[in-house]
Amino acid sequence: METAEPIAITETPSASSPWRLFWRRLKPRKIALVGGVILIVLYSIAIVAGFIAPYRYDQIDDKAFFHPPVWPRFHGLHLVVPRYEQLPGDFNYQVVLSDTKPLHFFIHGDKYQFLGFIPCSIHLFGTGDGDYPVFLFGADQFGRDIFSRLLYGSQVSLSIGIVGILLSFSMGMIVGGMSGYFAGAADTITMRFCELIMSIPALYLIISLRNAFPPGMSSSQVYAMIIIILSFIGWASMARVIRGMSLSLREQQFILAASAIGQSHLKIIVRHILPNTFSYVIVAATLSVPYYILGEVVLSFLGVGIQEPQASWGLMLNAAQNTEYMQRFPWLLAPGAAIFITVLAFNFLGDGLRDAADTKQN
Amino acid sequence: MIPLLLGVSLLTFLLMALSPGNYFTALQQNPQISQDTIKQLQAQFHLDKPWYVQYVFWLKNVFCGNFGYSMAYKISATSLIITRLWNTFVLSFTALIIAWGIAIPLGIWAAVRKDSWVDHTCSFFAFVGLSVPDVLLSLLAMWFAASTGWFPVGGRESPLHDFLTPAQQFWDHIHHLILPAIVLAASDLAGIMRRMRSCLLDTLRAEYVTAARARGLSEGWVIYKHALRNAINPLLTIFGYSLAGLLSGAFIVENIMAWPGLGRLTVEAFFAKDSYLVVDTVVMATALLVAGNFIADLLLAWSDPRIRLK
Amino acid sequence: MALLEIKNLKMDFGKNAAALRAIDGISLSIGAGETVCLVGESGCGKTVTALSIGRLVPSPPANYISGEILLDGRDVLKMQQKELQKIRGGVVSYIFQEPGAALNPVFRVGNQIKESLKLHRPEKATDEEVIRLLKLVGIPAAESRIRNYPFEMSGGMQQRVMIAMALASEPKLLVADEPTTALDVTIQAQILDLLRELKQRLGMAILLITHNLGIVGDMADRVAVMYAGQIVELAPARELLRRPLHPYTRALMNSVPKLAAGADRLSAIPGNVPRIGNFPPGCRFYPRCPSARPECANTAPELVEVEPGRWARCLYAKELTA
Repeated sequence: METAEPIAITETPSASSPWRLFWRRLKPRKIALVGGVILIVLYSIAIVAGFIAPYRYDQIDDKAFFHPPVWPRFHGLHLVVPRYEQLPGDFNYQVVLSDTKPLHFFIHGDKYQFLGFIPCSIHLFGTGDGDYPVFLFGADQFGRDIFSRLLYGSQVSLSIGIVGILLSFSMGMIVGGMSGYFAGAADTITMRFCELIMSIPALYLIISLRNAFPPGMSSSQVYAMIIIILSFIGWASMARVIRGMSLSLREQQFILAASAIGQSHLKIIVRHILPNTFSYVIVAATLSVPYYILGEVVLSFLGVGIQEPQASWGLMLNAAQNTEYMQRFPWLLAPGAAIFITVLAFNFLGDGLRDAADTKQN
Repeated sequence: MIPLLLGVSLLTFLLMALSPGNYFTALQQNPQISQDTIKQLQAQFHLDKPWYVQYVFWLKNVFCGNFGYSMAYKISATSLIITRLWNTFVLSFTALIIAWGIAIPLGIWAAVRKDSWVDHTCSFFAFVGLSVPDVLLSLLAMWFAASTGWFPVGGRESPLHDFLTPAQQFWDHIHHLILPAIVLAASDLAGIMRRMRSCLLDTLRAEYVTAARARGLSEGWVIYKHALRNAINPLLTIFGYSLAGLLSGAFIVENIMAWPGLGRLTVEAFFAKDSYLVVDTVVMATALLVAGNFIADLLLAWSDPRIRLK
Repeated sequence: MALLEIKNLKMDFGKNAAALRAIDGISLSIGAGETVCLVGESGCGKTVTALSIGRLVPSPPANYISGEILLDGRDVLKMQQKELQKIRGGVVSYIFQEPGAALNPVFRVGNQIKESLKLHRPEKATDEEVIRLLKLVGIPAAESRIRNYPFEMSGGMQQRVMIAMALASEPKLLVADEPTTALDVTIQAQILDLLRELKQRLGMAILLITHNLGIVGDMADRVAVMYAGQIVELAPARELLRRPLHPYTRALMNSVPKLAAGADRLSAIPGNVPRIGNFPPGCRFYPRCPSARPECANTAPELVEVEPGRWARCLYAKELTA
């Protein structure tokens, strides 16, 4: 009997947490990371919008209706801003290259609230002279700087997406988790209700809900109202999916084990069932934020959401609805480009997250 | 389906009832509506009673085909809704044809020429197309129409429509239909193309495809007869839901490009504080969506013999 | 001249640096009417070799580096698409492991068989011929069966249908890739009986791929044992089973549990099959070989004719069996 050679023992790799594995699968997906970076940049800019924007969102300049975009030029090593002269006729402007003012950084300007509560008046850049406006993306029908309004609008539009998602998904997870776990009559009723909400086309439901609120509200009330409306639509589909997952999860042995050691129902749902749904929820959330942003855009665009003089991307797009203005002043479409980039970034990220979470792919 | 619609109508009615401002008092204060009309509506719909009573009578009237009276348009809401409904349907159906007519061949092409420049270009445009919001696309379409003058800028008919011959009237409608239909089709198109591509790729990996090749069938026969027939099944599910989705997605396109459909009516009714009309349109839109889903289920059952025979 | 001659076939998956050698110098021939079994564990490359005969391995990932596959004298690897389509079905037919998976679920069974007929024997593309084929493979009530969908049949019947489909084009070589692995034991026996009977009646050659040595004894004229992309032993079936020359073949046979032996432990081959791309430098079986010698680690043995008609890829084959 020949003796067998000893078998080489290969080392077992150290165990990685699901999060680390997830991150490892996500990293090579460059496009998801690009999306993520874009979003980080957008949200960071939104947070310090007041600082980066040279003007306030409601700063009217009645000498600059529909002013074309003004870009600083290089004069030697300095950046200077040329003056524009208004020509006779409707909103025609001519650049006067010889007459320039230097561009300053960290300059005093209009007062605003940094981070929402610190009074401040330093802006990232500006000329300090009202006759030499720095309208990076031009001005709108009231002579307000579109770039600044884009930045202030981003605070509204981007935050509504996140807050709306958090609200509706939390609600959806709790309701869905409980519904699937307890099952029975309450489950059936809840699911019927969810189906009810889901069967109404979203935008029609939005109008319907808007109808239930009074027409004239303060801007913060409007903000809250939009979030409530959007969340009401979104939670139902999340609840249904979580309920399905909860229903199948509760048959698993570790749930039985948890209740065998005496954990309360609520604790089981929160500590055991819901964490197992996270991978789905994160992907779904990332891919759903665009819909919330677009929901606010549509509402404001139609005039039933954020009102003047607040800034929101949807509201700003309303000005572009006049085809004559759109043709003559195409910079009015800048908010559309901002929305597009945001949605694109979320889709990049969401797609990558979904591929990374899909463990069936090799 | 019926209980669902009942539930939806109840919900919407409740929301209307919550709305501050009373439909009835608004009616009474509107000088343009005659006292006779008001009395008639009061008798039919019991507008001075609490909302749940109103709901019952609204329901009764709807079953008889009476949707009430539109304050803003001063005509019976029923005929208004039916016209608008038809317009939305025409728009959506045309968009459906356009979207699927382009997306399916492109998806097949991308799958068959996997990893080629065709495939990468299609994927890129699909991704971008999925991300462009309808709002922006509609605005750009209007801009395009205004700049080039090739298409009318919104609306369904030209001002002189009534003076045209029937044949000219038909083409006038088509001319107005094209751009909104393309815009509406655009967002769906991207998704369908991606789905077709991935379904076909999955099917091509199946063993019966290798077996078909092994029998000596030509590559074209294998793809178009064997693989496609299976790959198309999941897409039939989407087809029905696609129609349903288009019917509700037409909302934005209708409002921006002034296409007189159900979505536009809803917004107009909202601004006119015509609450009953809002309820009517929302319920109608839901009915459309549900009907679309139902058709989708039927289609799926018909196409897959496994479901049909089991 | 043999019906099928594979000469020193080498195939990679992938290109350049990422290439993985899946088939590393396989030579095999099958004569008309002969039954050859290709035996090996999963991952050894037997399925890819079999699929290569009809050039059915998708060719962007697969890359044929060298060698020839001569089917009826013509090199499959160099054929144009039209000729390839003719020999697929016409000369070589396949039956696969999962009977259900190889039948298209949305077409009726009769139509699928007729498709083959229309292509290769159009004058016989009739219902009668389809029924005759179904009867040939032992399907009862064939007349009503032709309108069935695959899901309406049991696994064994689906397998028979697949055989009927393969035979419709009257091939000279039938390649059967583990045709009974997915079936119940009793059905397995029936299918094997069927194959044997068809072989006798129609005189076709069979390349039977399996990892089950029991089938080998039943069916094969000759056996080729594969390991890690290479053939390690080639011999007439009875001789190989009676007296295997290669340590791997011996280990395979020892690991089959025998009722009478009364051992209390299953003897398995220690270690794992090396994954492609991870082959050891010398003999590929060296890390697991119970008869290994130090030289085996560095010298890759060739497939040599140790005795007339008996080939083995082992440096010490002759001595070990003396």
